[in-house]
This record gives sequence, C-alpha cells and structure tokens, in this order.
Amino acid sequence: MDNTDNTDHSQQLAEQIAEAAASGRALCIQGGNSKAFYGRLPQGEPLSVAAHRGVVSYDPTELVITARAGTPLKELVATLRAENQMLPFEPPGYGENATLGGSIACNFSGPRRAYAGAARDFVLGTRVINGRGEQLRFGGEVMKNVAGYDASRLMCGALGTLGLILEVSLKVLPLPEAQASLVFELDPASALARMQALARQPWPLSASCYLDGRLHLRLSGTAGGVSAARQKLGGELLADDEGFWAAIREHHDGFFAEPAPLWRISLDAAAPPLPLAGESIYEWGGALRWLRGEQDMQALRALAQQYGGHATLFRHGASREHVFQPLSPGLLALHRQLKQAFDPVGILNPGRLYSEF
Amino acid sequence: MSHPPAAGKAVTHDRAALRQALAAILPTELILSEEEDLRPYECDGLSVYRQLPLLVLLPETIEQVQGVLRLCQRLGVSVVARGAGTGLSGGALPDANGVLLSLAKFNRILEMDPQRGIARVQPGVRNLAISEAARPHGLYYAPDPSSQIACSIGGNVAENAGGVHCLKYGLTVHNIQQIKLVTIDGELHEIGGLGLDVPGYDLLALLTGSEGMLGVIVEVTVKLLSLPERVQVLLAAFDDVARAGAAVGAIISAGVIPAGLEMMDKPAIQAAEAYAHAGYPVDAEAILLCEVDGTNEEVSEHVRTVRGILLQGGAIEVRTARDEQERLDFWKGRKSAFPAVGRLSPDYYCMDGTIPRRRLPEVLQAISAMSQEYGLQVANVFHAGDGNLHPLILFDANRPGELDRTEEFGGRILELCVQVGGTITGEHGVGMEKINQMCSQFASAELQQFHAIKAAFDPDALLNPGKAVPTLHRCAELGAMHVHHGQLPHPDIERF
Repeated sequence: MDNTDNTDHSQQLAEQIAEAAASGRALCIQGGNSKAFYGRLPQGEPLSVAAHRGVVSYDPTELVITARAGTPLKELVATLRAENQMLPFEPPGYGENATLGGSIACNFSGPRRAYAGAARDFVLGTRVINGRGEQLRFGGEVMKNVAGYDASRLMCGALGTLGLILEVSLKVLPLPEAQASLVFELDPASALARMQALARQPWPLSASCYLDGRLHLRLSGTAGGVSAARQKLGGELLADDEGFWAAIREHHDGFFAEPAPLWRISLDAAAPPLPLAGESIYEWGGALRWLRGEQDMQALRALAQQYGGHATLFRHGASREHVFQPLSPGLLALHRQLKQAFDPVGILNPGRLYSEF
Repeated sequence: MSHPPAAGKAVTHDRAALRQALAAILPTELILSEEEDLRPYECDGLSVYRQLPLLVLLPETIEQVQGVLRLCQRLGVSVVARGAGTGLSGGALPDANGVLLSLAKFNRILEMDPQRGIARVQPGVRNLAISEAARPHGLYYAPDPSSQIACSIGGNVAENAGGVHCLKYGLTVHNIQQIKLVTIDGELHEIGGLGLDVPGYDLLALLTGSEGMLGVIVEVTVKLLSLPERVQVLLAAFDDVARAGAAVGAIISAGVIPAGLEMMDKPAIQAAEAYAHAGYPVDAEAILLCEVDGTNEEVSEHVRTVRGILLQGGAIEVRTARDEQERLDFWKGRKSAFPAVGRLSPDYYCMDGTIPRRRLPEVLQAISAMSQEYGLQVANVFHAGDGNLHPLILFDANRPGELDRTEEFGGRILELCVQVGGTITGEHGVGMEKINQMCSQFASAELQQFHAIKAAFDPDALLNPGKAVPTLHRCAELGAMHVHHGQLPHPDIERF
C-alpha cells in the first residue's frame, strides 16, 4: 500500500460494519496491530483501519490537531514537533506501527500523565462508526463543548467495543522550552513520600519514575524555571534524559524484557509500597506501579481495590481470561447496556474488554 | 418564550397521593407542596422559563435519594435534580407533572485530604467553598465559573462547568476523581477511583456534563492543585478587535499557555468599568486580560514574552498589575461583566457558543450586523484562550415581541458558531434553552445515539425529561421551517 495515500476510507469502513451487523459477524478492529498483546484475546474477522490515515486539519495557534485513526503515532508526533508542539499525554506506541486510533482506544498515556493528563483529557472530538454502521460525530475541534453527551471521551479505553474510531481531534500543547532530569538514591517508601510531597507544591514536574533504588524526576518549563528548580531540588543530573524516558515509556527498559507476567497497578498515589513479591517500577508520582512476576490474582486485586485502584494483567499472562479488574454488578450492568446502545448485535471487538460483552 | 416546556406525560399524577407515597421515605417537612413553597424552585438562572413542579423534595441522606428514585420509577414520576439553581440553560427547570429533587441539604465537605490533594464533598457544596477550605493547605480547586460564589459542585459536574482558567487547567471533567451516582432504579454506583484511571468504560467522562439526564450525583471527590508560587496579570488595550484576536494566537504560538486569557469588547468594557471601577481604558475597542502563573522565574519570563508580543501586535497600551490589589481589580471588572451589563438594560440574554479562535473577527462582525438588523445591542465577553464566546444581548422583556426577537437573534448566533466549526454551548449546557439548536449541531443518527445512551441509564426517560437532547420529531418540525440549501435536515424520519 502506498503510505502517502490519504484517501478517506470512512464510507467503505461503515459499509463493512453494516454488512457485518446484518450477518452477525464479529469484527476485530486493527490499526497497526501493535496492541494485539493487550486485553482479552482478540476474536472476529480483522477489520483494518490502517489505510484511513492522514492529518485532516492542524492550526498550531488553535492548539488543536485532527487526524484519521490510521495515522501512525510517530508521524503525528513528528508533525507536531515541526511546529514545536506535542501530544501532552506522551502516548507510548509499544511498537513501530502504533496508530492514533489504537492509542486512543487503549487510552494509553506516558510519563507526563500525572502532571499533564491522560489521552482522554486531551480528546476534544471524534468521528466514529457504531455497531449499526452509522457514522457519528461527537464533540468537535474546540476546547469547550458541552453539547450532547461526551461520547468522545467514552471511546478512550473502550478498546473499540463501542465504535470504530475514524478520526480524533486533540488538544495539543507547546513543547517545553527546557527540560532536565534529576536522580536521587532513595528507598521505596521514601521515594513515594518524596513524589507525594513534590506533587503538593508548585514544581515544574513533568515525569517521575522510581526503579533500581533511584528516583528520577523530570522538570519541564521555561529555561529559568527549570534551572531554578534544579538548584533547589539538588540530586544528580541524568545524562541521557530523552533516552531514559523513552525506554520507560516504550517498555524498552530491561525490567520489561523479562517473560514473567507484567502487572499494571493503578491506585491511590498515597498507597505505601505493596507487600508483594516481585520487582516493581513506580511512575506517575506513585499512582502507577508495574509489577513483574507470578501473583495471586485475587489477593493482588483485593489489595489494589483497597487503595482505590485496580490491577491489569498487562503482558505475558499465562491466560488472557481475566485481564482487567472485574466490575461491580451494578457497573457491569451499565457497561452491558451501553454496549447494547452502541453495538446492539455485539460485533465490535466482542469480549476484548470483558467476557460478558 | 416561543417554545414553552413540553407538557407533562400522558399520565397526570395526583399531588396529594404522591405526597403520601413519598412520606414513607422522607419526613414530611422535607416535602414541599404548597404553591408558595414551590415558587422559589420554579426556575434556575435562566428565569425566562418558569414552571412549578408537583412537589419539591429536600432529601438529607443518600438512602432517601435512593428511596425517592425507586418510588418515582415504580410510579412513573419524572425527577428533575437541582443544585444551587444558578444554571443558565434551564437545565433545572421543573416538570409540571413531576418532582423537583433539591440537593441543597447535601452541603457538607466530608473530607479534606491535603496529603492526597483531594476533597470529598457533598453535591450541594458551593464551588468557592472548596477552594476556601483548601487554601490553608496551599491548595485550591481549579474550575472557577463566574457564579462560583453560589453554584454547587454537583451542578458543576452535571454541566461540566468551566471558568476563566480552562485553557491551562481544564474543565470540571479534568478536575474530578470520583462521584457517587444514584440511577433511577435506586442503585448507588461509585464511578471513578483514587488512581488515575479505572477498569472498563470512562463513565466519569460520560456523566460529567450529562445534565442530570442519567443519574443523580450524591457525592463528588475533586482534585486539588497547589496554589501557584506567583500569579501576574497583564491588561492590553487595542483599537481594533481583530488585532486583539491576532495577539491571542501570537501568545499561544510563542509557547505560552496563560492561566487565563480573556477579551472584552467596547460595550462590555464600558459597562464593567462603570460598575466595578477596575481602571479599564474605556476608549479601547477591545481589551485582553492575560494571566500567567507558575514559579517565580517562569512568571517573570512569561510576563516579558507576553508583554513583547502584545506591544508588537499593536496594543495601544499594556499594563502589568503593580500588586495583588490591582490584579484583583483587573479581574473584578471581568468577573462582574454580566451584572454590569445587566445594569445597562432591563434584561440581558447570555449566549454561550464556542468557536475556533481564528474565526473570531468574522463572527464578531456577523454578530454586529445582526445586532443592527434586530435593533438589539450586544456586549461581548470572550474566553479568548479557549474560544468560548459570551455575547450578551440587551433587551426589555416588557416591550412586546422583544423577547422573541432576542431569542431568534441568539439562536442565529449559535447556528453561526456551528457553521464556523464550533458548538452551541461551551459551558452552560443545552438544558431547555438550546434544545432546538441541537438539531443544527447533530444529525439524526447522532441524536438517536444520545437517546440510546440515555435509555441505557434511564429506560423510562424519567430523569430531567425533555431536556438536553431533542426528539427527532422536534427537529423535523423545526427543519420544516429552516430548510438550508434546499436540503431537508433529518430526512430519515417520518413527517407529520
């Protein structure tokens, strides 16, 4: 396929979904297929969105970009970088072929998450195809928009189960003028306490990560602001700043290379170090904890819940049956009803999120 | 106005019988049924729509809310939830054949946790009260709608309220962590969590801004931010509105994200100055207020950059607030713009469209032309940073026909916002007021999808009936009146 061909494929995709709905055939929506490892086992006939690509509109002074779902994430990041702007949620690609649509469908956000916001926080509007094959537009290209239910943000993290994402409008931000990362030797409890204390004060922080007994803090902002914060915080300057955060974001660090199950625990940042066997990495000021190794799933999930959070079997699970923390019966009922509202026949990525829908 | 609230459902409920049934759930002093007691609840901040409900209920506990909703579902009685009643779109307008559920007694801050940077509050707590309680800990709650002194956090969540600091700090949806919601079946749900994401669908995002159509919010956990080390504001005067608009783009292109960026046109400047004595230059065609915050060093650098851009962009005057008092004075003028304009005229009607910033000059020109056409004066205040435009149309409801003309004028402004790629409502909500303009912003399939979402939560459509999302028939009837380019809107439904 010609990579520069930016033909609009929405009509064709809508027809394919309408046909599948008519015959009750399940579809497995794919962008670059870089996230095939994530979620419950994909099932159904592959439906590729990769050819539906390209930036639809971008005016840097509006701080908004609209692109088709098949647009490679790398291309989008490069387009923004050329104008000195960025996707503030710093999405990981987890592969060369990652697309915008897949990143939004997974709501994946990188190191800047705790300080800038998640993918869902920057989504302003979407065009989607629901399970009836209807093309729908929600939200728009403006920062403030409360007309109609926020179905755009609902698509974030829904893993394609509510609709095929055709197009996304995102709020973007200027690249910081300066950046520097500092390293501190600390034990786990002190590292968590330090991240928490800093979060309550107005520091120009943009990332935090604790691994191998070292707390890494990234500062971003104006040259003067970063340099003043550096002076006040002390610590050792991290030499390969860009490389370090990219390795954490993309899971290229050695920690992630092991074949042992990788758990993603998202919880109250104030939770203490969890009493669990296995190596950990902390990110997002302590609100995100990666844990490697076999775990008692029930015990782990009970612990995560106790701290207001949840645990996901992110990679390398022996089984992909129970990837996500189970929902309460009440919330599960609402999820099923919403699924029914968007995809009455149940053909869009069925079972990818939960076995029930 | 020209489209009064829809009449009640086919079944008419008996006030006395309903009161008696509810008495099993609520102490009778929490059930209002006398007309003089119902009167204060007949409207919200958009007082041109008025309607008495059958009863007003003032529950004090979550269990009572659950009981009320369960009973109302069983009896098929509609429920309109109400916070402080400051909404500007008629979202809390009562239903003649239903109950009004006031959350006013849910007015306690349940937990202030500076360690975690969160506050757990009941829905009736005022927006400003949260920041006041957080201030001793060096924290605050960021969204600050102009009505923050009176509006409640539950209403803020229901409307996804904004304010003047949205460009940098986001809307309500970006600043809440968790809510407790009671659905019409009486079930209590915890939505969100204490981490930065949740398993499953992002119901918190869906419910924020859902205008009381999907459930009743009975508790909110908000995020608190650390107070910035330093805040500074610049005031720039321009002799041309388009030049002021261009300066906004230039500030953002330079990589500065101001904490607040507001524009006012001449009528708004003059009204605000007469009212608040903020020291505004009354001869200017437009002023920009640009607030920057952050660490001491960041603020110094940004003030320097912004000042340079404003002067280069043709500002005839740029002032930096000399001290905190002057900074507050600069803001006082802007924050009191609505009441200030209110003094110029017996009535005013506030619109709430959002547009891509670059389209501002042409939109203001078109509004000005329409202002002459309708013979109604307009003052414009503009959240320039995020494109949210509040034209205030001045009118006198006592002059025959003027209210209808005002409404038609307002409707045309909103349609213009949609045409240039914006939206009919940036932060005030659709409610009852903009229900017709929803037909210009959304196609039939989209409206049907909204109705399906509604049905997923509230299958009998008992919560806030007739608001937020128009029926396709309503759009078809309107469409018959406004045929654009020979194309019939919403062609896929039956005509009658």
